[in-house]
Amino acid sequence: MNDEHIVSSFDRDLAELNQMVARLGGLAEQQFAAAIDALENRNASSIETIVSNDAELDQLEKDLNDRAIEVIATRGPMATDLRRILSAVKIAAVLERVGDYAKNIAKRSLVIISDETNRSDTISVGRIADIVQGMLREALDAYATANADLAMEVWERDQEVDELYTSLHRDLLGVIAKGAEEASVSSHFLFIAKNIERIGDHTTAVAEQVYFQVHGEMPSEERPKANAISEASDIED
Amino acid sequence: MKMNESQKVKIKARNVTVHYGEARALHGIDLDLNANEVTALIGPSGCGKSTFLRCINRMNDVIDGCRVGGSVSIDEQNIYSDAVDVVELRARVGMVFQKPNPFPKSIYDNVAYGPRIHGMAPSRSELDHMVEVSLKRAGLWDEVKDRLSASGTSLSGGQQQRLCIARAIAVSPDIVLMDEPCSALDPIATAVIEELMEELRRDYTIVIVTHSMQQAARISQRTAYFHLGDLVEHGQTQAIFTNPENKQTEAYISGKIG
Repeated sequence: MNDEHIVSSFDRDLAELNQMVARLGGLAEQQFAAAIDALENRNASSIETIVSNDAELDQLEKDLNDRAIEVIATRGPMATDLRRILSAVKIAAVLERVGDYAKNIAKRSLVIISDETNRSDTISVGRIADIVQGMLREALDAYATANADLAMEVWERDQEVDELYTSLHRDLLGVIAKGAEEASVSSHFLFIAKNIERIGDHTTAVAEQVYFQVHGEMPSEERPKANAISEASDIED
Repeated sequence: MKMNESQKVKIKARNVTVHYGEARALHGIDLDLNANEVTALIGPSGCGKSTFLRCINRMNDVIDGCRVGGSVSIDEQNIYSDAVDVVELRARVGMVFQKPNPFPKSIYDNVAYGPRIHGMAPSRSELDHMVEVSLKRAGLWDEVKDRLSASGTSLSGGQQQRLCIARAIAVSPDIVLMDEPCSALDPIATAVIEELMEELRRDYTIVIVTHSMQQAARISQRTAYFHLGDLVEHGQTQAIFTNPENKQTEAYISGKIG
Protein backbone atom coordinates (compact mmCIF):
# COMPACT_ATOMS: atom_id res chain seq x y z
CA MET A 1 0.00 0.00 0.00
CA ASN A 2 1.52 3.25 -1.14
CA ASP A 3 0.55 6.29 0.86
CA GLU A 4 1.54 8.85 -1.71
CA HIS A 5 -0.99 10.99 -3.51
CA ILE A 6 -1.21 11.01 -7.27
CA VAL A 7 -0.95 14.80 -7.04
CA SER A 8 2.42 15.04 -5.32
CA SER A 9 2.02 18.71 -4.36
CA PHE A 10 -0.74 17.55 -1.98
CA ASP A 11 1.86 15.42 -0.18
CA ARG A 12 4.08 18.48 0.08
CA ASP A 13 1.19 20.51 1.55
CA LEU A 14 0.60 17.89 4.23
CA ALA A 15 4.31 17.56 4.97
CA GLU A 16 4.52 21.32 5.34
CA LEU A 17 1.72 21.31 7.93
CA ASN A 18 3.56 18.57 9.83
CA GLN A 19 6.74 20.62 9.78
CA MET A 20 4.90 23.68 11.06
CA VAL A 21 3.52 21.64 13.96
CA ALA A 22 7.02 20.32 14.66
CA ARG A 23 8.39 23.87 14.74
CA LEU A 24 5.59 25.02 17.04
CA GLY A 25 6.22 22.00 19.25
CA GLY A 26 9.94 22.68 19.41
CA LEU A 27 9.33 26.31 20.33
CA ALA A 28 6.73 25.45 22.98
CA GLU A 29 9.09 22.89 24.54
CA GLN A 30 11.91 25.41 24.50
CA GLN A 31 9.80 28.15 26.11
CA PHE A 32 8.54 25.79 28.80
CA ALA A 33 12.05 24.51 29.55
CA ALA A 34 13.45 28.05 29.69
CA ALA A 35 10.73 29.15 32.12
CA ILE A 36 11.41 26.22 34.45
CA ASP A 37 15.14 26.81 34.15
CA ALA A 38 14.69 30.49 35.09
CA LEU A 39 12.78 29.42 38.19
CA GLU A 40 15.09 26.63 39.26
CA ASN A 41 18.30 28.56 38.70
CA ARG A 42 16.93 31.92 39.81
CA ASN A 43 17.86 33.26 36.41
CA ALA A 44 15.99 36.56 35.95
CA SER A 45 17.90 37.60 32.86
CA SER A 46 16.22 35.07 30.57
CA ILE A 47 12.66 36.01 31.50
CA GLU A 48 12.35 38.98 29.18
CA THR A 49 13.36 36.80 26.24
CA ILE A 50 10.82 34.14 27.17
CA VAL A 51 8.04 36.72 27.32
CA SER A 52 8.96 38.29 23.99
CA ASN A 53 9.44 34.91 22.25
CA ASP A 54 5.79 34.08 22.83
CA ALA A 55 4.79 36.30 19.91
CA GLU A 56 6.62 33.92 17.58
CA LEU A 57 4.46 31.00 18.73
CA ASP A 58 1.32 33.06 18.21
CA GLN A 59 2.41 33.99 14.70
CA LEU A 60 3.31 30.40 13.81
CA GLU A 61 -0.10 29.19 14.92
CA LYS A 62 -1.78 31.84 12.75
CA ASP A 63 0.37 30.84 9.78
CA LEU A 64 -0.51 27.19 10.26
CA ASN A 65 -4.23 28.00 10.38
CA ASP A 66 -3.99 30.00 7.17
CA ARG A 67 -2.13 27.19 5.45
CA ALA A 68 -4.62 24.57 6.69
CA ILE A 69 -7.56 26.59 5.37
CA GLU A 70 -5.81 26.88 2.01
CA VAL A 71 -5.18 23.14 1.84
CA ILE A 72 -8.77 22.29 2.76
CA ALA A 73 -10.14 24.74 0.19
CA THR A 74 -7.91 23.60 -2.65
CA ARG A 75 -7.57 19.86 -2.05
CA GLY A 76 -10.93 18.75 -0.68
CA PRO A 77 -9.20 16.32 1.68
CA MET A 78 -10.92 13.09 2.74
CA ALA A 79 -10.48 10.47 5.47
CA THR A 80 -6.92 10.32 6.89
CA ASP A 81 -5.85 13.43 4.99
CA LEU A 82 -8.68 15.44 6.51
CA ARG A 83 -7.90 14.12 9.97
CA ARG A 84 -4.23 15.00 9.54
CA ILE A 85 -5.14 18.59 8.75
CA LEU A 86 -7.69 18.90 11.55
CA SER A 87 -5.35 17.45 14.14
CA ALA A 88 -2.54 19.76 12.99
CA VAL A 89 -4.85 22.75 13.59
CA LYS A 90 -5.94 21.47 16.99
CA ILE A 91 -2.45 20.56 18.14
CA ALA A 92 -1.19 23.97 17.01
CA ALA A 93 -3.83 25.64 19.18
CA VAL A 94 -2.74 23.52 22.15
CA LEU A 95 0.94 24.32 21.62
CA GLU A 96 0.14 28.02 21.43
CA ARG A 97 -1.56 27.65 24.82
CA VAL A 98 1.46 25.81 26.21
CA GLY A 99 3.47 28.86 25.15
CA ASP A 100 1.09 31.13 27.07
CA TYR A 101 1.50 29.02 30.19
CA ALA A 102 5.28 29.09 29.81
CA LYS A 103 5.10 32.88 29.60
CA ASN A 104 2.94 33.02 32.74
CA ILE A 105 5.37 30.76 34.59
CA ALA A 106 8.25 33.03 33.58
CA LYS A 107 6.44 36.17 34.75
CA ARG A 108 5.58 34.69 38.13
CA SER A 109 9.09 33.31 38.51
CA LEU A 110 10.38 36.84 38.42
CA VAL A 111 8.64 37.54 41.73
CA ILE A 112 9.94 34.33 43.25
CA ILE A 113 13.50 34.92 42.09
CA SER A 114 13.69 38.17 44.02
CA ASP A 115 12.74 36.20 47.13
CA GLU A 116 15.19 33.80 48.72
CA THR A 117 12.77 31.51 50.55
CA ASN A 118 10.74 28.56 49.28
CA ARG A 119 13.61 26.38 48.06
CA SER A 120 11.65 23.22 48.79
CA ASP A 121 8.65 24.39 46.75
CA THR A 122 10.97 24.98 43.82
CA ILE A 123 12.04 21.36 44.05
CA SER A 124 8.45 20.09 44.16
CA VAL A 125 7.43 22.26 41.23
CA GLY A 126 10.54 21.12 39.37
CA ARG A 127 9.54 17.48 39.82
CA ILE A 128 6.13 18.04 38.24
CA ALA A 129 7.69 20.12 35.49
CA ASP A 130 10.12 17.30 34.74
CA ILE A 131 7.33 14.81 34.15
CA VAL A 132 5.28 17.23 32.07
CA GLN A 133 8.30 18.12 29.94
CA GLY A 134 8.85 14.42 29.28
CA MET A 135 5.17 14.02 28.38
CA LEU A 136 5.26 16.95 25.99
CA ARG A 137 8.40 15.64 24.29
CA GLU A 138 6.91 12.18 23.85
CA ALA A 139 3.54 13.50 22.70
CA LEU A 140 5.36 15.44 19.98
CA ASP A 141 7.39 12.34 19.10
CA ALA A 142 4.15 10.38 18.90
CA TYR A 143 2.79 13.04 16.55
CA ALA A 144 5.90 13.05 14.36
CA THR A 145 5.83 9.26 14.01
CA ALA A 146 2.01 8.85 14.07
CA ASN A 147 2.44 6.45 16.98
CA ALA A 148 -0.92 6.08 18.73
CA ASP A 149 0.42 3.63 21.34
CA LEU A 150 3.07 6.06 22.50
CA ALA A 151 0.41 8.79 22.55
CA MET A 152 -1.73 6.67 24.87
CA GLU A 153 1.22 6.13 27.25
CA VAL A 154 1.58 9.89 27.51
CA TRP A 155 -2.14 10.22 27.99
CA GLU A 156 -2.10 7.88 30.97
CA ARG A 157 0.93 9.48 32.58
CA ASP A 158 -1.02 12.64 33.30
CA GLN A 159 -2.49 10.86 36.31
CA GLU A 160 0.86 11.09 38.06
CA VAL A 161 0.99 14.82 37.37
CA ASP A 162 -2.46 15.27 38.82
CA GLU A 163 -1.46 13.41 41.98
CA LEU A 164 1.69 15.44 42.52
CA TYR A 165 -0.17 18.64 41.81
CA THR A 166 -2.94 17.83 44.27
CA SER A 167 -0.42 17.18 47.01
CA LEU A 168 1.57 20.35 46.33
CA HIS A 169 -1.63 22.35 46.09
CA ARG A 170 -2.64 21.17 49.56
CA ASP A 171 0.73 22.11 51.06
CA LEU A 172 0.76 25.55 49.50
CA LEU A 173 -2.81 26.27 50.55
CA GLY A 174 -1.78 25.36 54.10
CA VAL A 175 0.99 27.95 54.06
CA ILE A 176 -1.29 30.59 52.57
CA ALA A 177 -4.03 29.83 55.12
CA LYS A 178 -1.63 30.37 58.00
CA GLY A 179 -1.06 33.84 56.66
CA ALA A 180 2.64 33.35 57.09
CA GLU A 181 5.15 35.80 55.73
CA GLU A 182 5.85 33.69 52.68
CA ALA A 183 2.14 33.44 51.77
CA SER A 184 2.41 35.82 48.85
CA VAL A 185 5.32 33.90 47.32
CA SER A 186 3.42 30.65 47.92
CA SER A 187 0.50 31.95 45.91
CA HIS A 188 2.85 32.48 42.98
CA PHE A 189 4.07 28.91 43.37
CA LEU A 190 0.47 27.79 43.44
CA PHE A 191 -0.21 29.47 40.10
CA ILE A 192 3.00 28.16 38.58
CA ALA A 193 2.12 24.60 39.65
CA LYS A 194 -1.33 25.15 38.24
CA ASN A 195 0.13 26.31 34.92
CA ILE A 196 2.35 23.24 34.73
CA GLU A 197 -0.56 20.97 35.54
CA ARG A 198 -2.53 22.66 32.73
CA ILE A 199 0.34 22.05 30.31
CA GLY A 200 0.04 18.38 31.29
CA ASP A 201 -3.67 18.44 30.48
CA HIS A 202 -3.01 20.11 27.15
CA THR A 203 -0.36 17.51 26.40
CA THR A 204 -2.98 14.79 26.78
CA ALA A 205 -5.03 16.72 24.21
CA VAL A 206 -2.09 16.41 21.80
CA ALA A 207 -1.98 12.67 22.54
CA GLU A 208 -5.72 12.38 21.87
CA GLN A 209 -5.29 14.10 18.53
CA VAL A 210 -2.52 11.68 17.56
CA TYR A 211 -4.82 8.79 18.45
CA PHE A 212 -7.66 10.39 16.44
CA GLN A 213 -5.45 10.94 13.44
CA VAL A 214 -4.38 7.30 13.40
CA HIS A 215 -7.65 5.58 14.32
CA GLY A 216 -10.33 7.98 13.16
CA GLU A 217 -11.95 8.16 16.58
CA MET A 218 -11.14 9.59 19.97
CA PRO A 219 -9.78 7.28 22.69
CA SER A 220 -12.80 5.53 24.17
CA GLU A 221 -11.98 5.26 27.85
CA GLU A 222 -12.20 8.17 30.21
CA ARG A 223 -8.76 9.48 31.07
CA PRO A 224 -7.79 8.37 34.59
CA LYS A 225 -8.06 11.34 36.89
CA ALA A 226 -6.40 11.29 40.26
CA ASN A 227 -6.97 14.94 40.74
CA ALA A 228 -9.12 15.46 43.84
CA ILE A 229 -9.54 19.07 42.87
CA SER A 230 -10.12 18.31 39.23
CA GLU A 231 -13.25 20.47 39.17
CA ALA A 232 -11.27 23.46 40.24
CA SER A 233 -8.38 22.61 37.97
CA ASP A 234 -10.62 22.75 34.94
CA ILE A 235 -11.04 26.45 35.49
CA GLU A 236 -8.57 28.42 33.45
CA ASP A 237 -6.62 30.96 35.38
CA MET B 1 -26.60 12.04 10.19
CA LYS B 2 -29.19 9.88 11.84
CA MET B 3 -29.86 6.49 10.35
CA ASN B 4 -33.07 4.67 10.69
CA GLU B 5 -32.05 1.08 11.35
CA SER B 6 -35.37 -0.30 10.18
CA GLN B 7 -34.94 1.38 6.80
CA LYS B 8 -36.81 -0.45 4.06
CA VAL B 9 -34.69 -2.23 1.48
CA LYS B 10 -35.89 -1.25 -1.98
CA ILE B 11 -33.38 -2.94 -4.22
CA LYS B 12 -31.72 -6.21 -3.35
CA ALA B 13 -28.86 -7.47 -5.54
CA ARG B 14 -27.61 -11.03 -4.97
CA ASN B 15 -24.54 -12.54 -6.59
CA VAL B 16 -24.93 -10.29 -9.61
CA THR B 17 -22.45 -11.10 -12.36
CA VAL B 18 -22.16 -9.43 -15.75
CA HIS B 19 -20.16 -10.69 -18.71
CA TYR B 20 -19.46 -8.75 -21.87
CA GLY B 21 -18.63 -11.67 -24.15
CA GLU B 22 -15.82 -13.48 -22.35
CA ALA B 23 -14.90 -10.53 -20.14
CA ARG B 24 -16.40 -10.56 -16.68
CA ALA B 25 -17.35 -7.03 -15.62
CA LEU B 26 -19.02 -7.81 -12.29
CA HIS B 27 -17.93 -10.62 -9.95
CA GLY B 28 -20.99 -11.50 -7.90
CA ILE B 29 -22.26 -8.34 -6.24
CA ASP B 30 -24.42 -8.50 -3.09
CA LEU B 31 -25.87 -5.13 -2.24
CA ASP B 32 -28.99 -3.79 -0.54
CA LEU B 33 -30.18 -0.31 -1.44
CA ASN B 34 -32.59 1.45 0.88
CA ALA B 35 -35.79 3.20 -0.09
CA ASN B 36 -35.77 7.01 0.02
CA GLU B 37 -32.03 7.20 0.19
CA VAL B 38 -29.44 8.37 -2.28
CA THR B 39 -26.82 5.69 -2.81
CA ALA B 40 -23.63 6.78 -4.54
CA LEU B 41 -21.68 4.25 -6.57
CA ILE B 42 -18.05 5.27 -6.82
CA GLY B 43 -14.86 3.77 -8.19
CA PRO B 44 -12.32 4.21 -10.97
CA SER B 45 -13.33 3.94 -14.63
CA GLY B 46 -14.01 0.35 -15.59
CA CYS B 47 -14.75 -0.75 -12.02
CA GLY B 48 -18.27 -1.90 -12.86
CA LYS B 49 -20.32 0.78 -11.16
CA SER B 50 -22.18 1.88 -14.31
CA THR B 51 -22.62 -1.76 -15.31
CA PHE B 52 -24.20 -2.40 -11.93
CA LEU B 53 -26.43 0.67 -12.30
CA ARG B 54 -27.66 -0.63 -15.65
CA CYS B 55 -28.60 -3.97 -14.05
CA ILE B 56 -31.25 -2.18 -12.00
CA ASN B 57 -33.41 -1.34 -15.04
CA ARG B 58 -32.10 -4.08 -17.32
CA MET B 59 -30.41 -1.61 -19.63
CA ASN B 60 -27.66 -4.20 -20.09
CA ASP B 61 -30.17 -6.35 -21.98
CA VAL B 62 -29.84 -4.06 -24.97
CA ILE B 63 -26.05 -4.45 -25.15
CA ASP B 64 -24.90 -7.17 -27.56
CA GLY B 65 -23.06 -10.05 -25.92
CA CYS B 66 -23.92 -8.91 -22.41
CA ARG B 67 -25.05 -11.60 -19.95
CA VAL B 68 -26.36 -10.92 -16.47
CA GLY B 69 -26.35 -13.57 -13.73
CA GLY B 70 -27.66 -13.62 -10.18
CA SER B 71 -30.74 -11.69 -9.15
CA VAL B 72 -31.87 -8.12 -8.68
CA SER B 73 -35.10 -7.67 -6.75
CA ILE B 74 -37.15 -4.54 -6.44
CA ASP B 75 -39.68 -4.75 -3.63
CA GLU B 76 -38.90 -8.47 -3.34
CA GLN B 77 -39.65 -9.17 -7.00
CA ASN B 78 -36.80 -10.46 -9.17
CA ILE B 79 -36.71 -8.14 -12.17
CA TYR B 80 -34.89 -10.77 -14.22
CA SER B 81 -37.74 -13.26 -13.98
CA ASP B 82 -39.64 -14.03 -17.19
CA ALA B 83 -42.84 -12.59 -15.77
CA VAL B 84 -41.41 -9.08 -15.75
CA ASP B 85 -42.41 -6.67 -18.52
CA VAL B 86 -39.23 -4.74 -19.29
CA VAL B 87 -41.06 -1.70 -20.64
CA GLU B 88 -43.07 -1.48 -17.46
CA LEU B 89 -39.91 -2.00 -15.41
CA ARG B 90 -38.22 0.96 -17.09
CA ALA B 91 -41.20 3.12 -16.23
CA ARG B 92 -40.74 2.13 -12.58
CA VAL B 93 -37.00 2.65 -12.77
CA GLY B 94 -36.21 5.94 -14.49
CA MET B 95 -32.78 6.87 -15.74
CA VAL B 96 -30.87 10.10 -16.24
CA PHE B 97 -27.66 10.06 -18.25
CA GLN B 98 -24.37 11.89 -18.19
CA LYS B 99 -25.17 14.02 -21.20
CA PRO B 100 -28.60 15.63 -21.18
CA ASN B 101 -30.51 13.92 -23.99
CA PRO B 102 -33.85 15.66 -24.49
CA PHE B 103 -35.86 14.49 -27.49
CA PRO B 104 -35.84 16.96 -30.39
CA LYS B 105 -39.38 17.88 -29.44
CA SER B 106 -41.03 20.62 -27.41
CA ILE B 107 -40.44 20.91 -23.70
CA TYR B 108 -44.04 19.82 -23.17
CA ASP B 109 -43.74 16.76 -25.40
CA ASN B 110 -40.50 15.69 -23.76
CA VAL B 111 -42.28 15.38 -20.41
CA ALA B 112 -45.57 14.11 -21.87
CA TYR B 113 -43.81 11.36 -23.83
CA GLY B 114 -43.72 8.75 -21.05
CA PRO B 115 -47.27 9.22 -19.76
CA ARG B 116 -48.51 9.04 -23.37
CA ILE B 117 -46.77 5.80 -24.32
CA HIS B 118 -47.71 4.18 -21.03
CA GLY B 119 -51.32 5.32 -21.45
CA MET B 120 -51.25 7.13 -18.14
CA ALA B 121 -53.07 10.30 -19.23
CA PRO B 122 -56.61 9.76 -20.44
CA SER B 123 -57.35 13.45 -21.05
CA ARG B 124 -55.49 16.53 -22.20
CA SER B 125 -56.09 18.33 -18.92
CA GLU B 126 -54.69 15.40 -16.94
CA LEU B 127 -51.64 15.32 -19.19
CA ASP B 128 -51.20 19.09 -18.71
CA HIS B 129 -51.32 18.51 -14.99
CA MET B 130 -48.71 15.71 -15.13
CA VAL B 131 -46.36 17.88 -17.21
CA GLU B 132 -46.72 20.77 -14.81
CA VAL B 133 -46.20 18.66 -11.68
CA SER B 134 -43.17 16.92 -13.16
CA LEU B 135 -41.57 20.17 -14.27
CA LYS B 136 -42.25 21.68 -10.85
CA ARG B 137 -40.67 18.72 -9.10
CA ALA B 138 -37.66 18.99 -11.34
CA GLY B 139 -37.40 22.67 -10.38
CA LEU B 140 -37.80 23.81 -13.97
CA TRP B 141 -41.40 25.00 -14.17
CA ASP B 142 -40.84 28.67 -13.38
CA GLU B 143 -38.15 28.89 -16.01
CA VAL B 144 -40.13 27.28 -18.84
CA LYS B 145 -43.85 27.71 -18.11
CA ASP B 146 -44.17 30.48 -20.70
CA ARG B 147 -42.46 28.55 -23.48
CA LEU B 148 -43.58 24.96 -23.18
CA SER B 149 -43.74 24.65 -26.94
CA ALA B 150 -40.10 25.67 -27.39
CA SER B 151 -37.71 22.87 -28.27
CA GLY B 152 -36.16 20.98 -25.37
CA THR B 153 -32.80 21.32 -27.03
CA SER B 154 -33.03 25.13 -26.88
CA LEU B 155 -32.53 25.03 -23.10
CA SER B 156 -29.19 25.43 -21.33
CA GLY B 157 -27.29 22.27 -20.32
CA GLY B 158 -28.44 22.43 -16.71
CA GLN B 159 -32.03 23.07 -17.77
CA GLN B 160 -31.87 20.19 -20.25
CA GLN B 161 -30.71 17.87 -17.48
CA ARG B 162 -33.60 18.98 -15.27
CA LEU B 163 -35.91 18.44 -18.25
CA CYS B 164 -34.58 14.86 -18.48
CA ILE B 165 -35.27 14.44 -14.76
CA ALA B 166 -38.81 15.78 -15.27
CA ARG B 167 -39.22 13.31 -18.14
CA ALA B 168 -38.00 10.44 -15.96
CA ILE B 169 -40.32 11.26 -13.06
CA ALA B 170 -43.37 11.99 -15.23
CA VAL B 171 -44.16 8.28 -15.28
CA SER B 172 -44.10 8.11 -11.44
CA PRO B 173 -41.12 5.78 -11.04
CA ASP B 174 -40.07 4.29 -7.71
CA ILE B 175 -36.41 4.52 -8.49
CA VAL B 176 -34.31 7.05 -10.37
CA LEU B 177 -30.90 5.96 -11.67
CA MET B 178 -28.42 8.68 -12.49
CA ASP B 179 -25.24 8.01 -14.40
CA GLU B 180 -22.90 10.95 -13.77
CA PRO B 181 -25.77 13.43 -14.14
CA CYS B 182 -23.66 16.50 -13.38
CA SER B 183 -20.40 15.80 -15.12
CA ALA B 184 -21.35 17.95 -18.11
CA LEU B 185 -22.73 20.79 -15.98
CA ASP B 186 -21.26 23.94 -14.47
CA PRO B 187 -21.13 24.30 -10.65
CA ILE B 188 -24.37 26.30 -10.46
CA ALA B 189 -26.35 23.81 -12.51
CA THR B 190 -24.71 21.02 -10.48
CA ALA B 191 -25.83 22.64 -7.23
CA VAL B 192 -29.40 22.93 -8.56
CA ILE B 193 -29.44 19.20 -9.46
CA GLU B 194 -27.95 18.25 -6.08
CA GLU B 195 -30.58 20.30 -4.27
CA LEU B 196 -33.19 18.61 -6.41
CA MET B 197 -31.92 15.11 -5.53
CA GLU B 198 -32.29 15.84 -1.84
CA GLU B 199 -35.88 16.88 -2.58
CA LEU B 200 -36.60 13.88 -4.81
CA ARG B 201 -35.43 11.24 -2.39
CA ARG B 202 -38.52 11.84 -0.27
CA ASP B 203 -40.50 10.13 -3.00
CA TYR B 204 -37.93 8.07 -4.84
CA THR B 205 -34.98 5.82 -4.28
CA ILE B 206 -31.99 7.32 -6.03
CA VAL B 207 -28.86 5.56 -7.23
CA ILE B 208 -26.16 7.76 -8.67
CA VAL B 209 -22.84 7.00 -10.32
CA THR B 210 -20.43 9.86 -9.82
CA HIS B 211 -16.75 10.54 -10.28
CA SER B 212 -16.87 13.51 -7.93
CA MET B 213 -15.98 12.37 -4.42
CA GLN B 214 -17.18 15.66 -3.01
CA GLN B 215 -20.52 15.17 -4.72
CA ALA B 216 -20.90 11.63 -3.42
CA ALA B 217 -20.06 12.87 0.06
CA ARG B 218 -22.51 15.79 -0.17
CA ILE B 219 -25.58 14.13 -1.59
CA SER B 220 -25.69 10.47 -0.61
CA GLN B 221 -26.64 8.63 2.55
CA ARG B 222 -24.80 5.47 1.52
CA THR B 223 -21.80 4.93 -0.65
CA ALA B 224 -20.61 1.78 -2.41
CA TYR B 225 -17.04 1.57 -3.66
CA PHE B 226 -16.39 -0.67 -6.65
CA HIS B 227 -13.00 -1.81 -7.86
CA LEU B 228 -12.23 -4.17 -10.77
CA GLY B 229 -15.73 -5.61 -10.77
CA ASP B 230 -15.92 -6.18 -7.02
CA LEU B 231 -17.84 -4.33 -4.35
CA VAL B 232 -15.03 -3.39 -1.97
CA GLU B 233 -16.89 -1.43 0.68
CA HIS B 234 -20.44 -0.26 1.28
CA GLY B 235 -21.69 1.77 4.20
CA GLN B 236 -22.84 5.10 5.53
CA THR B 237 -21.43 7.88 3.41
CA GLN B 238 -20.22 9.75 6.46
CA ALA B 239 -18.12 6.76 7.56
CA ILE B 240 -16.78 6.02 4.07
CA PHE B 241 -15.46 9.55 3.63
CA THR B 242 -14.14 10.15 7.13
CA ASN B 243 -12.88 6.75 8.21
CA PRO B 244 -13.22 4.01 5.59
CA GLU B 245 -12.47 0.47 6.71
CA ASN B 246 -10.79 -0.63 3.54
CA LYS B 247 -7.34 0.61 2.46
CA GLN B 248 -8.34 0.54 -1.22
CA THR B 249 -11.34 2.75 -0.51
CA GLU B 250 -9.16 5.17 1.42
CA ALA B 251 -6.61 5.31 -1.40
CA TYR B 252 -9.29 5.97 -4.00
CA ILE B 253 -11.22 8.69 -2.18
CA SER B 254 -8.04 10.49 -1.12
CA GLY B 255 -6.43 10.34 -4.57
CA LYS B 256 -3.58 8.12 -3.51
CA ILE B 257 -1.55 5.88 -5.75
CA GLY B 258 -2.80 2.79 -3.89
